[in-house]
Amino acid sequence: MLTIDDLAVSFQTRRGKVNAVRQLSLTLAKGETLGIVGESGSGKSVTSYALMRILDAGGQITQGKLIYSGMDLRHVSENDMRNIRGREISMIFQNPRAALNPIRKVGHQIEDVLRQHLQASRQNAKQKAIEALQAVKIQNAEERYHAYPFELSGGMCQRVIIAIAIACNPQILIADEPTTGLDITTQKVVMELIRDLIIERSMSAILITHDLGLASQYCDRILVMKDGEVVEEGRPQTLFTQPQHPYTQKLVMATPHAETDIRGLLPPEQRSRQPVHTVSDKPLLEIVHLSKTYAGKSGPVHAVKDVSWCIREGQSVGLVGESGCGKSTTAEMLVRLLDPSEGKILYRGDDIAAVPARHFAEHPHRRQIQMVFQDATDSLNPRHTARDALAEPLRQLAGLRGRTLQERMEKLAAMVGLPVNLLDRFPHQLSGGQKARVGIARAIALEPDLLILDEPTAALDVSIQAVVLNLLVDLRAALGMSYLFVSHDLQVIKLLCDYVVVMKDGAVVEAGPTRSLMANPQHAYTRTLLAAAPVLDYA
Amino acid sequence: MSMVKPGSRARAIAARMGQTLPVLAGVVVISFLLTRALPGDPAAYFAGAAADEASIEEIRIALGLDKPLLQQFFLYVGDLFAGDLGNSLSTGQPVAQDLARRLPASLELTLIALLISCCTAIPLGILAARNPGSVIDHLCRVLVTAGVSLPTFFTGILLIYIFYYLLGLAPSPLGRLDFIYLAPDHVTGFYLIDAAIMQDWYTWWGAVKQLILPATTLALFTLAPIARMTRAAMLTALSSDFIRTARAAGLTPRKVLYGYAFRNALLPVITTLGMVFSFTLGANVLVEKVFAWPGIGSYAVEALVVSDYAAVQGFVLAMAVLFVVLNFVIDLVYTAIDPRIAFEQS
Repeated sequence: MLTIDDLAVSFQTRRGKVNAVRQLSLTLAKGETLGIVGESGSGKSVTSYALMRILDAGGQITQGKLIYSGMDLRHVSENDMRNIRGREISMIFQNPRAALNPIRKVGHQIEDVLRQHLQASRQNAKQKAIEALQAVKIQNAEERYHAYPFELSGGMCQRVIIAIAIACNPQILIADEPTTGLDITTQKVVMELIRDLIIERSMSAILITHDLGLASQYCDRILVMKDGEVVEEGRPQTLFTQPQHPYTQKLVMATPHAETDIRGLLPPEQRSRQPVHTVSDKPLLEIVHLSKTYAGKSGPVHAVKDVSWCIREGQSVGLVGESGCGKSTTAEMLVRLLDPSEGKILYRGDDIAAVPARHFAEHPHRRQIQMVFQDATDSLNPRHTARDALAEPLRQLAGLRGRTLQERMEKLAAMVGLPVNLLDRFPHQLSGGQKARVGIARAIALEPDLLILDEPTAALDVSIQAVVLNLLVDLRAALGMSYLFVSHDLQVIKLLCDYVVVMKDGAVVEAGPTRSLMANPQHAYTRTLLAAAPVLDYA
Repeated sequence: MSMVKPGSRARAIAARMGQTLPVLAGVVVISFLLTRALPGDPAAYFAGAAADEASIEEIRIALGLDKPLLQQFFLYVGDLFAGDLGNSLSTGQPVAQDLARRLPASLELTLIALLISCCTAIPLGILAARNPGSVIDHLCRVLVTAGVSLPTFFTGILLIYIFYYLLGLAPSPLGRLDFIYLAPDHVTGFYLIDAAIMQDWYTWWGAVKQLILPATTLALFTLAPIARMTRAAMLTALSSDFIRTARAAGLTPRKVLYGYAFRNALLPVITTLGMVFSFTLGANVLVEKVFAWPGIGSYAVEALVVSDYAAVQGFVLAMAVLFVVLNFVIDLVYTAIDPRIAFEQS
């Protein structure tokens, strides 16, 4: 069906030529689903863009053949290529909301493709677009035809993208991280839809993902890519049970799964003994009947509804739920960036909710509660060096200056494993993992008692995530901190937390010690969450 | 879901129009107070250099300037509601009549200038964004830099020197029509429209010839912000994820560029256009002076110099109404382009 032979792609950048893909060869049989797995920068997306010849400016195929049904796509005219795109080979993208034209009705966007490839006339385009929407199982397709992307949920937008991709019955479907940015339950529904469509229309497919679990569940064969090259190839079971290449081994190890502990994510030579942290019975932070209500356009929106739970000294609590469940709102109220509508937040017995968020900066408890934010890049000032970022809380809240300040910063850098010479770099000169370390170092600068971590590893590659999670375990033991770990990933929470709180629609549906809750979930929603997460199949 | 009903949309537009009333009221108050705060005594000015105290006082009473400020204000507002903007001291004409004659002259000039500059700047910006770093991109940059850095009175004089003095292609830069033509009957006040209504193409062409140089001068100046914004907005739009989707679906470059990228880039361009229009209308006094254009800008400056209260107030009020209308139109255009922007509903 498709053969790629010795493909090389390079990008012209200001610092010279960068080889994004080298010596890549693959074959895709009819009806086969091929997975391409790798971490960011491995060249997996670039490969698919090269195949579609939609590389960004500066990108160029420098070598190789792209044979699709007898034609070398590298040499067909741009006109012919346009007829192949969308009709023979289609693509689904990550971040579905951004991948749709924001100011065009979704029905019209489907029509554009149908009309382009002469699959519909002016008269029947609408009917065919509605059929395409029905094919991706969108309810009330006639009504949704008139919707704009901003009126639809992320999962719904992804279905529209899929509808655009399959509208002209392509032979090959390329899915580039199709579920990134979607909730775990939506991810499952979308992936199952894609799988069913592939079978139903006997398409071949390429699934590009960083998630080994997802790849192992939905692919017949998997390629592992690293730095633009394929390092290993095989069937999911053999590849993940007996990985041959050291990189694949590292990747499999770093992916959280049922049988591992947190040190097990690291390569064996880096596994030091896991420090023990002690949990006392004394409550550190008690949340009592906490609510947050916003005034919405059509009536009040209850973001958090009458929530009560507690973090004990030394305890790590995981807060799980899907987007919109109120977990971030809760975290923001706890760190006192947001005022609750009702309820109390007792920190060592003091109600800190009584202090308005505006004045909390001067409150003595302020330095005891710190936060690590979700996006390590966006939460650092791009014009401040790592040193400036660390100095800020130390100057403002601890009053450190001069020599003592520098010494403290160097000690902090050492604690989070950040080489001191990187301190003078700006965020864009640091890698994702290094930025995460800066964010953590800034949060622990004042040795807080409670650290609130809002999805701190969501944007990181699995191998980096493994390192950061282990760093958090070490710091917890060394500094005796309590954690509130906000995440959508139950597997990660299981590795790090003693206690789990599951939220849905602003309310707590279930809470309990991690081990028993994961082993024996009581609430149906918890069971759904657990079942929806793709897990590496070791059987 | 935000399926807007037609009835609620009309209500929302009415509500948005209602929001303009406080703005206009504020403008009335501020223009009244500001003109009173101007240095200079209009009574003394109009009495002339030889006048004595008594005759100045006489004029002051005739002008109503002896009354308390509050009373003057209420008289002014009362006249406003009756449609009377007062009489200009310098021209001796009712201000409303002066404005009705001069505002169309300025509007015609500004609109034609903006038309020229849009027709040049937008395609230029699109081409520059499509091929960043190309010859056309550099040409765009040069033109933009030249446009902003050359003051309008300089380009105006330069154009007159070349096209009138050296080449003799343009008519003498003296107002809206050369003396050999008769002004068309007043319908809208826009000579191009009025002449077209009369089907007097001879006069129409005469008016066009007079318009070309001053309009080009203004267009060169307004080119820069529009071209720059088009280029930036197009670059952002073209690097969006949805453009990649459109390309991957096999849509033609034309469809991708105009149907997808340009419509998304339009919003910031229209915002810029609104701003450019507002400030050009007020700031084209230099061009009006150079080309002896009987516009509203030169009228206002002359009135300001002699503390001609009624004329200045009339000018400020006319501009305010124009800006309010303009902003309202831009808001309407926004909602037509971008479904995400809906009128705030209370």
